[in-house]
Amino acid sequence: MRADLEIIRDWIAPESRVIDLGCGDGELLSHLVAEKKVKGYGIEIDHDNITRCIENGVNVIEKDIDEGLASIRNNSFDTVVMTQALQTMHRPDVIVEEMLRIGKECIVTFPNFAHWRARGYLALRGKMPVSKFLSYTWYNTPNIHFFTFKDFEELCVERNIKILQRTVVDHAHRDRWWIHLWPNMLGEIAIYRITR
Amino acid sequence: MPTVIPEDSVGLIKPQTLHFDAPLELACGRTLDAYDLVIETYGELNAERNNAVLICHALSGHHHAAGYHSMEDRKPGWWDSAIGPGKAIDTNRFFVVSLNNLGGCHGSTGPRSTNPATGKPFGPDFPIVTVIDWVNSQVRLADRLGIQQWAAIVGGSLGGMQAMQWAISFPERLRHCVIIAAAPRLSAQNIAFNEVARQAISKDPQFHQGHYYEEEVVPKTGLMLARMIGHITYLSEDGMREKFGRELRDGKINFDFTPQFEIESYLQYQGEQFSTAFDANTYLLMTKALDYFDPAADYQNDLTQALSHASCRFFVASFTTDWRFSPERSREIVDALVDAGKDVCYTEIDAAHGHDAFLIPIPRYMEVFQSYMSRVANDFSRHEEARHAG
Repeated sequence: MRADLEIIRDWIAPESRVIDLGCGDGELLSHLVAEKKVKGYGIEIDHDNITRCIENGVNVIEKDIDEGLASIRNNSFDTVVMTQALQTMHRPDVIVEEMLRIGKECIVTFPNFAHWRARGYLALRGKMPVSKFLSYTWYNTPNIHFFTFKDFEELCVERNIKILQRTVVDHAHRDRWWIHLWPNMLGEIAIYRITR
Repeated sequence: MPTVIPEDSVGLIKPQTLHFDAPLELACGRTLDAYDLVIETYGELNAERNNAVLICHALSGHHHAAGYHSMEDRKPGWWDSAIGPGKAIDTNRFFVVSLNNLGGCHGSTGPRSTNPATGKPFGPDFPIVTVIDWVNSQVRLADRLGIQQWAAIVGGSLGGMQAMQWAISFPERLRHCVIIAAAPRLSAQNIAFNEVARQAISKDPQFHQGHYYEEEVVPKTGLMLARMIGHITYLSEDGMREKFGRELRDGKINFDFTPQFEIESYLQYQGEQFSTAFDANTYLLMTKALDYFDPAADYQNDLTQALSHASCRFFVASFTTDWRFSPERSREIVDALVDAGKDVCYTEIDAAHGHDAFLIPIPRYMEVFQSYMSRVANDFSRHEEARHAG
């Protein structure tokens, strides 16, 4: 299992109700169902991923998250997960609010645009960073909002969102001790557990 | 006409008629003392009797879902694209049962059948049957076939409503419920279209208050109009534009009222065909069953409550250009299932064909449908393996 998903798995309570927004092929959910007996649902828009979820026996619902989550009732999930998708949403702030409305707790992960490599790329080349990890060019990237750990934490303060836990990892989702010395410079992906 | 039966066809099929003697109490308060159901089956029931799939038909459907009745048949059964060896509902793995519902006009007891009390056809005196009545009759069919639990119950449109009703009323008797292009209940607009169809039939001078059999006539015009209006609602605007556009049959307008646009002659042809093959009283009954379907009504209009009784898993699919039963209506079902904590997969298929899409082998539709059904089959295969190993 992907390293970040492993961390997320450990943050989720057994037998809880979980919804994974942008669940991909359902890897996290199928582990959570098998190992933690959660009642899990995934929201996905990519056709191949949906087929794979069906094959894997994961509850998957085809839906464009940008259209909103209005049909889901307040507090109807214990945990709402969104991995590596917040930066692709039209309005990340609205989605975070919606996630906090439908769930008691949320887990979000996103790439850090203040990572030294991205900073260096932009500073030295004067071009939008393209890396192995963020391999799109500016005109075709699904990542339409670039933000940093600091930006996200400012939003949390502004909106009265409580950060329960934070882990910062590198692009391979490994937790390295030195990242914690200066996370916003050295960390590539953050995993936050938040609540209201 | 098939000169050879295609390899992925269930082949030549013979319908069977099953007679039921135990009286069936209906939602309207009346009772059918005895009745016949005509069915077809494809594939083999396994020793564990756990590989059976029930197909529920839509408004104008019937038991002949797959294969051919004879080498002279122009077309195979109505859902041949989905049922057969290697197809989404794989007859190499499943035992498939398809029936004609009560009130139908293809062999099961309906308005055309003889009323034992009078010795004449029931005609308009045939009781109004509802989705729950059909499900009750299908339960008896399952009992007769020795099927304690269906691997899956599958239906599109009105057929999907029957599958949903099974899940609510007889949760222990199915493991998977497949609901395609359906709705939790009809909207005012849906009912309005049905009413236009009913008016067209009942106002036809040949209708004779439904006693047209004795007069040896058929309300052909009414039935044709009913089908024409229905057919428009089954297609999408895009689909119609793509298929017919404003094409003229003779390449020019004639300044008269004969059909000149391709769409006009297409609709007339469809209506004409239907009016010779279908029974007007059955059409009236089927549209009423649609109008009355509302499983949430018994639960303070709370669909979540209604579906909370279910214990099967669900697969729900809709089609983007379907405006008869739009994706929003399927999403209502899905939202209620999620709310009730039921297992559900939902997919929205891009298709230009409107409501009719559920009968068309659109590649992505067939792919997800097949994936889901193969999961259904893996469920019982695994049980079997475990049993043999144990």
